[in-house]
Amino acid sequence: MSTDASPSRRGRIWFDALSAGGGMVATGLPSVCVADAPLGNATARFIAVVPDAHNRFPRARSGEVGLDEGWALARHVRAAISDDAKGWRRPLIAIVDVSSQAYGRREELLGIHLACAAAADAYASARLAGHPVIALLVGKAMSGAFLAHGYQANRIIALDSPEVMVHAMGKQAAARVTRTSVEKLEKLGEQFAPIAYDIRSYAKLGLLHKLIEGIAADAPTHTDIERVRAALVSAIADTRAGAPDLTSRLTSSAARETRAASVEVRRRLAEQWHGAHLGRS
Amino acid sequence: MEKMQYDYPATHPVAHRVHVGVVGSGDLEVLLEPSSDERSHVIVNTSVDGFGATWKNVLDRFFLRFQGAASIEINDFGATPGTVMLRLEQAAEGLRA
Amino acid sequence: MSVTAPRLDYRHFLERRSFIEMGARERVRAVLDAGSMRELLGPFDRIKSPWLPLQGIVAQADDGVVLARGTLDGTPALVAAIESAYQGGSMGEVSGAKIAGALELACKEWEQGRPILPVLLFETGGVRLQEANLGLAAIAEIHAAIIALRRHVPVVGVIAGMVGCFGGMSLAAAMCSRLIVTRQARLGMNGPEVIEQEAGIEELDAMDRALIWSLIGGEQRRATGLADDLLEDDANTIAAAIRQAFLTAAVAPARSAQVERYAELLRRIDPKDPPDPQSLRTLWNPEAPA
Repeated sequence: MSTDASPSRRGRIWFDALSAGGGMVATGLPSVCVADAPLGNATARFIAVVPDAHNRFPRARSGEVGLDEGWALARHVRAAISDDAKGWRRPLIAIVDVSSQAYGRREELLGIHLACAAAADAYASARLAGHPVIALLVGKAMSGAFLAHGYQANRIIALDSPEVMVHAMGKQAAARVTRTSVEKLEKLGEQFAPIAYDIRSYAKLGLLHKLIEGIAADAPTHTDIERVRAALVSAIADTRAGAPDLTSRLTSSAARETRAASVEVRRRLAEQWHGAHLGRS
Repeated sequence: MEKMQYDYPATHPVAHRVHVGVVGSGDLEVLLEPSSDERSHVIVNTSVDGFGATWKNVLDRFFLRFQGAASIEINDFGATPGTVMLRLEQAAEGLRA
Repeated sequence: MSVTAPRLDYRHFLERRSFIEMGARERVRAVLDAGSMRELLGPFDRIKSPWLPLQGIVAQADDGVVLARGTLDGTPALVAAIESAYQGGSMGEVSGAKIAGALELACKEWEQGRPILPVLLFETGGVRLQEANLGLAAIAEIHAAIIALRRHVPVVGVIAGMVGCFGGMSLAAAMCSRLIVTRQARLGMNGPEVIEQEAGIEELDAMDRALIWSLIGGEQRRATGLADDLLEDDANTIAAAIRQAFLTAAVAPARSAQVERYAELLRRIDPKDPPDPQSLRTLWNPEAPA
């Protein structure tokens, strides 16, 4: 019952382009691509989740983050953490083109929530260990799949392309759950940036480090690829100069406007945290 | 969505603040605090439009008995008058505690 | 059975207080030491959703999350509870920021050498769709905060029901150092209705309650090693188990960090011949030696 015509090839295209000149890491899973390849004057680990028409789990054949994918992401991120534990921490580049987590009875029974948590846990742990983690959105970055693969990054970069979208639920399902139509939902998105699907609206939320315009996302030229590499290198440098947390998502000028309540909550919490002025109950 | 305001006279101050309820379907929350003047002031935020007269009826009945000077905020998600009165009385009860 | 035993059971039955029937604020009070609860950003601070009223939905004054500091057997603690009666316990900008922000401050406490025990009471359908991307981003920040905090102290989660724990917050539950559930609890990533919509009714009939609980209910999760404690719906029992969890959880890594163990369990599964829920309990028996 998928509404996609055919699975997206963006993740694969950008993984191949950016990891050129590097060495593939055997994952044993065609849907999870990992390579250690040159980036700037260092080596980075590139990671992508891609479609696999022969995935042993039928509901994870179109590039979804399913059970095996979650655990494989966790394994290869943690391998980088342990390999680099005593030295220089290589950057981890999550190439994101994930339409959703896998939906299915087996997935639920077998703990897809834990598989996705393991991936997010690994990326967060890498970040805390000092690895710069950069998410590069080249296609869809949806809900649990994005939480697992990309949302724990120090910095999020996106291609300015109509197919790049971020949201908590696909349009059809979201319309059904909120008892409205896709058209009305899209109209609401024009009014309220947090509800919109497109990447330009997402950029207003202050979560994005950089939106790269003018890239041929489906068939990148050599120049396109070099521009994206440069953006990744710049994001890595920015990361190494800052704290290994997600505070940059609250400090941009867009965030201070559109996420003002998120900033205010934290400010007021800090005020009340040590307060002795309030009575006990 | 509608916002309404009502004022009532009061005879004595209110001791402390009280919160009851939850903005669930068919329910409401009541935030009651000491008023800054010697009257009671009620703000009603409701998801159901057109029931101003009903709200006034319920509040009129409540304030016949309730004489404290209170600032009351009601956030309502379609509660019946009976439920509204129940929550108001729970709030008043909380003052006696 | 002695003459006194039935009377003890009877008294315990009478003294039981349903945790499920309690709202979020009452649950927090029930968990913390009596008299120790100090609420943060409570209703009178009126930090509400900026987005819901613009869409014709009345905002609750605490945005559906109750935060409180207090003590657990005298040790400083933080409890965050989600109010499922408000918007299904969904995570919006403010409710998500309250949880993430509180966990971030708890982490700072530890960095400054001051202990604080974090407890999360999950009762949520996931992201609030009226705030979509801000809710999702807040959940990512909650994940980040749990992972950071877990380096210092176990993070203890409770799922009691009846809403359960779904969506992005199911990942947060999976990241907890120790997870306490009741039989009435459910823990799953995608809501049954969404699976039915995406994959069809043959894949999952969202109205089949027995089926749902057999797949993702508290008892099934405990029996397959995806939750740690299966408890009756009683506030005293749950409060005691939370205290106990901080004593026992410290040693083993959280399950979301035990990659090889769970990947190996998954390898035992053949998707062409998948186990039914009962068989999975045998295959994934948490009490079996590794």
